[in-house]
Amino acid sequence: MENGMNLTLKVWRQQNAEAPGQMVEYKLGNVSPDMSFLEMMDVLNDELIRRGEDSIAFDHDCREGICGMCSMFINGEAHGPNRGVTTCQLHMRSFKDGDTIFIEPWRSAGFPVIKDLMVDRSAFDRIQQAGGFISVNTSGRTMDANAIPVPKSDADKAFDAATCIGCGACVASCPNGSAMLFVGAKVSQFALLPQGQPERKERVENMVKQMDAEGFGNCSNIGACEVQCPKSISIENIGRMNREYLAANLKP
Amino acid sequence: MAKGIFKSSLTKKYTMALTGLFLISFLVVHAAINAMIFFNDGGKTFNEWGHFMGTNLIVRTMEIGLFAGLILHIVDGLVLYFQNRAARPVKYAYEKPSASSQWYSRSMAILGTLILLFLVIHLKDFWLKTRITELTGNKHMYINGVWMENLYSEMRLVFSELWVVILYVVGCFSLFWHLLHGFRSAFQSMGWSQGQYKEIIGLSGDAFSVVISALFASMPIAMYLNLVH
Repeated sequence: MENGMNLTLKVWRQQNAEAPGQMVEYKLGNVSPDMSFLEMMDVLNDELIRRGEDSIAFDHDCREGICGMCSMFINGEAHGPNRGVTTCQLHMRSFKDGDTIFIEPWRSAGFPVIKDLMVDRSAFDRIQQAGGFISVNTSGRTMDANAIPVPKSDADKAFDAATCIGCGACVASCPNGSAMLFVGAKVSQFALLPQGQPERKERVENMVKQMDAEGFGNCSNIGACEVQCPKSISIENIGRMNREYLAANLKP
Repeated sequence: MAKGIFKSSLTKKYTMALTGLFLISFLVVHAAINAMIFFNDGGKTFNEWGHFMGTNLIVRTMEIGLFAGLILHIVDGLVLYFQNRAARPVKYAYEKPSASSQWYSRSMAILGTLILLFLVIHLKDFWLKTRITELTGNKHMYINGVWMENLYSEMRLVFSELWVVILYVVGCFSLFWHLLHGFRSAFQSMGWSQGQYKEIIGLSGDAFSVVISALFASMPIAMYLNLVH
């Protein structure tokens, strides 16, 4: 294909967690506007490999916008300039010929860089393990979930919270590096449902405790997270977490 | 109550919100009493209220609480500021924060610092003179046979200088932007800004920020322009 876009890419390169990193400039020609952003990265990596250079490490998996693996801070925004999409669903038609694109990893004390654009997001796993679950006795007499009545509005809110894919865009775009949208969503999805009630109090206490231990910043209600979230999760979930935590600590 | 609550990031949030709301309630009282100058009665009503505020035991006790609340708000804010800076040890090479948030929401620390600097000047101009040193204008006046401190005359004197008026207006702008984020933020932090309440709280916050800041700013301006008698 001829006459594609010519781009200047400034990419964060870092050999490993300990090594100092830096922004490195690459020129990439003939980029199709129909490519996804990750396909553009694949083409760049192909060129780097042909030249005998080290390819750029970046996270990706499903490339359908549902797994939460892709990240990348593109031109100052988590998952790039479009709203409600992950980086894999961002296409090069969102850019212009001759553009300079800055590509950086998520920046957070809780997300150390593994290599280049790849960060360690296991902090989120540990927060989930602290309470982001319900205990179900699977002895063979498990109660059918559909047998428990749930008000439609609660089910909708719980589902909206449960659409969180744990990508970490909220942390990356928060000027404070706070993880409260993630934790708020994970607390909310259970707090709203009858199945979440038995562990309601311990859940919010333990998840918030783990969140603080991971070195994330404090939420000051700036609201950048809900704008940059690829699943458009509302900060109402943070408000709900605030209430849950207060209630858990005030009630005997 | 779990022991962890005192160290929690959420407790810092509640502290910020509750002290903020307490300070907001003070602003309402302060603005309401100061607005008495607009009665154009030579400061009679205003001085009467000033006398009440300065001599009433309950008000004087609450004043201690006010300073405590202010200090708590400042200390908590500083802790949050430094913790949040530490939460991002490596900065982005390219940032575009304007794409997803308001500048004043991101600038609460600097706006708060400006308000604090203003407060130092403001307390020196009025509070210090009534509590520790002496008024510099016509110090006293008789109202209904009671010998009262003439704060009205002090205001006239302080606000007769243009640079002071400008300084106060700058202080009011800092307050305006601080409140524009702070008011709704306090409700969100307490988890009250949910569902149908979110919009009404947001709009109330915007209206409150405009009204209270404009009211405060109008006082030095009106006095400088001799619109108050």
